[in-house]
Amino acid sequence: MSRKTLTAAFPYTLPVLMGYASIGIVFGWMMAAIGYAPGWAAAMSVLIYAGSGQYLAVDLLANATPLADVVFLTLIINFRHLVYGLSMLEKFRGMGWRKLYMIFSLTDETYALLAGVQPPEGVDEKGFYFSIAVLDHLYWIGGSVVGAVAGSLITINTEGIDFAMTALFIVIAVEQWRSGRQHLPALLGSGVTLACLLWLGPDNGRFLIPALVLMVAFLLILRPSLEHREEAGEA
Amino acid sequence: MTPLQAAAAIAVMAAVTFLTRVLPFLLFGRSGNPPRVVLYLGRYLPPAVIAMLIVYCFRQVNFQAAANWAPALIAGAAVAALHVWKRNHMLSIVGGTLLYMLLVQTVF
Repeated sequence: MSRKTLTAAFPYTLPVLMGYASIGIVFGWMMAAIGYAPGWAAAMSVLIYAGSGQYLAVDLLANATPLADVVFLTLIINFRHLVYGLSMLEKFRGMGWRKLYMIFSLTDETYALLAGVQPPEGVDEKGFYFSIAVLDHLYWIGGSVVGAVAGSLITINTEGIDFAMTALFIVIAVEQWRSGRQHLPALLGSGVTLACLLWLGPDNGRFLIPALVLMVAFLLILRPSLEHREEAGEA
Repeated sequence: MTPLQAAAAIAVMAAVTFLTRVLPFLLFGRSGNPPRVVLYLGRYLPPAVIAMLIVYCFRQVNFQAAANWAPALIAGAAVAALHVWKRNHMLSIVGGTLLYMLLVQTVF
């Protein structure tokens, strides 16, 4: 990462700056609302670095969730990262020590940038990708700290700010709904989970475990039909 | 939660999050050929999981009193409508959250 690659990468990261500043500020503010000093929010953004994962983390910390449930919920919310990694196998090849950081910092937004942009002519490709990853991470940390400090200084009634997590998931669902041709997985996910919630009740989110198992089972059963429809749609 | 328990939870979340990111590289970094069923689930499971998490967020909703369902469902519908309309992440999230805060603090 040099001054040149940073300067080249910066304009491409501006949309992420806008997004991370706002979502990061809300995250920091939520942490302040549940009584954690700004250092906690900063540490989480440095070490965990996952937007929706950290929103969920606030909920888990606020409810003193047992560690086993923390592991399970963090796993399922971050499952989609597996897909990102699969499509970056080639791109990260030969990046040496920077590869580990590239993998660590592969968030939704950084993935979208890396998948979509090419370095300008004459700019080192690996350094350009690394610069994007570092800048995005800094925006996220910066937003979290600003929100956490503001939230601890400004004492307004923050009851209900935890709804930001729900809002974020709804936004992601709307994006997925509009970009995918297949809506069955989303309908399946909500239907199966609702059924398990009615069956087991809301305590500790335990209903999520059978819901996840059933979802995977149904998706495997439906695989021939879904893949067939996908091929028909592409033809 | 004591600070130690919170630190443990954060450490666990950091480790698990990194695991989900590094796993494809550990499993398929050399061969580069993930099985088709993995690719299939990688494609279709995420929308199902997000739908599941939305249900999780609404898990405390019940219809015994208006305050138990109205703020969450009204604000949730507002987020979806705002996002379909303007497609601006910040507007949808901040607008929906402010509406929810207004509803739980002053109306219900």
